Amino acid sequence: MAQSLDRLKESPSQTAGPYVHIGLTPNFCGIDGVYASDLGSTMVNDRTKGERIGLKIRVLDGTGTPLKDALIEIWQADADGLYNSPAEMRGAADPNFFGWGRCPTDMETGVCAFETIKPGRVPFRDGSLMAPHITLWIVARGINLGLHTRLYFSDEEKANAMDPILARIEHRVRVPTLIAERQGDTYVFDIHLQGEKETVFFDS
Amino acid sequence: MPSESGSNRRPETGAFFQRDRTWHPPALTPGYKSSVLRSPQKALLSFDNTLSEIAGPVFGHAMLGELDADLIHNFARPGESAIGERIIVHGRVLDERGVGVPGVLIEFWQANAGGRYRHKKDGYLAPLDPNFGGCGRTITGEDGGYAFRTVKPGPYPWPNGPNDWRPAHIHFSVFGHGFAQRLITQMYFQGDPLIWKCPIVRGIADKAAIEALTAVLDTQATIPMDALAYKFDIVLRGRRSSLFENRLEGN
Repeated sequence: MAQSLDRLKESPSQTAGPYVHIGLTPNFCGIDGVYASDLGSTMVNDRTKGERIGLKIRVLDGTGTPLKDALIEIWQADADGLYNSPAEMRGAADPNFFGWGRCPTDMETGVCAFETIKPGRVPFRDGSLMAPHITLWIVARGINLGLHTRLYFSDEEKANAMDPILARIEHRVRVPTLIAERQGDTYVFDIHLQGEKETVFFDS
Repeated sequence: MPSESGSNRRPETGAFFQRDRTWHPPALTPGYKSSVLRSPQKALLSFDNTLSEIAGPVFGHAMLGELDADLIHNFARPGESAIGERIIVHGRVLDERGVGVPGVLIEFWQANAGGRYRHKKDGYLAPLDPNFGGCGRTITGEDGGYAFRTVKPGPYPWPNGPNDWRPAHIHFSVFGHGFAQRLITQMYFQGDPLIWKCPIVRGIADKAAIEALTAVLDTQATIPMDALAYKFDIVLRGRRSSLFENRLEGN
């Protein structure tokens, strides 16, 4: 026998279920008066630094049908590549940018629309710069453990080509699943849960 | 909503312990039919956390309203309260090292005492309670502790098999200090025979993992003549010490 490590096990995940809105975006589903507004519904104000962009994200199931009961959270650096987080040791992030947002998919169209800014570049573990990206976390009925992935930008070809995370994707044909297409000021991004175009999801 | 200013907490720059994916339910659990077309099938891309996963949003107590942690009253008309077994749910948010995690936003939602959700997609014939909304939130204290008041939710039938019933449960959404700790789960109640029949619960392979989601009756935390109490601890991924990495912070 040896000593015990005395570590605890992470609480196992369970699906967010079909009524995730009640808990996370109650105003969206008609539960008014408990919270003044839904948390994470506004990401920028007049003083936020950086280029304003929109994100239009859909989540598609194995038949190609958009989910209408999913919820997406995004987490990103500010325009200078700094996170508004206690783990950020390089300096203070833009006080007018929290960096986190939350949006349910529209109940008719399945589109999640975020208004945010384009993030700056964040260093990888070795100090080299990663391409600008936004971290995504997706939950829904039928998803047993929240899915992590990233959104990269189609107009950052050079930076994307040098990105150490994109470089780890063995099947290069799957790299485009992480790159959102610029259309005007909006980036369009489809997340495929299954199939040939299945998005690369992360275990990190 | 910036994080608490003037905090003297030590910076947390270490990466998180690898997630034990055999402990969580797998993506595909065919007994839970909704997972069949919503479960990724290709291998996940594994890499050690970068700052994007190590960092995360931290919420300040200032965002909380007076009744946010009281589901008995936060949707009720003045002077009225929700119908059902009055309970207190309390516990601590810990990480895998056993350390309490302070300043963690927890959001919870549930059906009412009859098993009915206040949601247009829920057509169960049990009635809505006009005094019950079904959502609440709180932020853990310095030792990771939290508590809220609610009514015990009822079990309910759901369209999966021809006669499947969910055990009574409360949904929990938990932030850690890093976005890689983000977790949604469900709390079940000690002694509920429906737990072991539920296709969603049974997606979890290990009986001990299911027990880890089952709150225990805590008569010492009961308020006499007012509310029963259940204790439910939540464990988030542990953070590695950064002692042997580039910087010495966090030790």
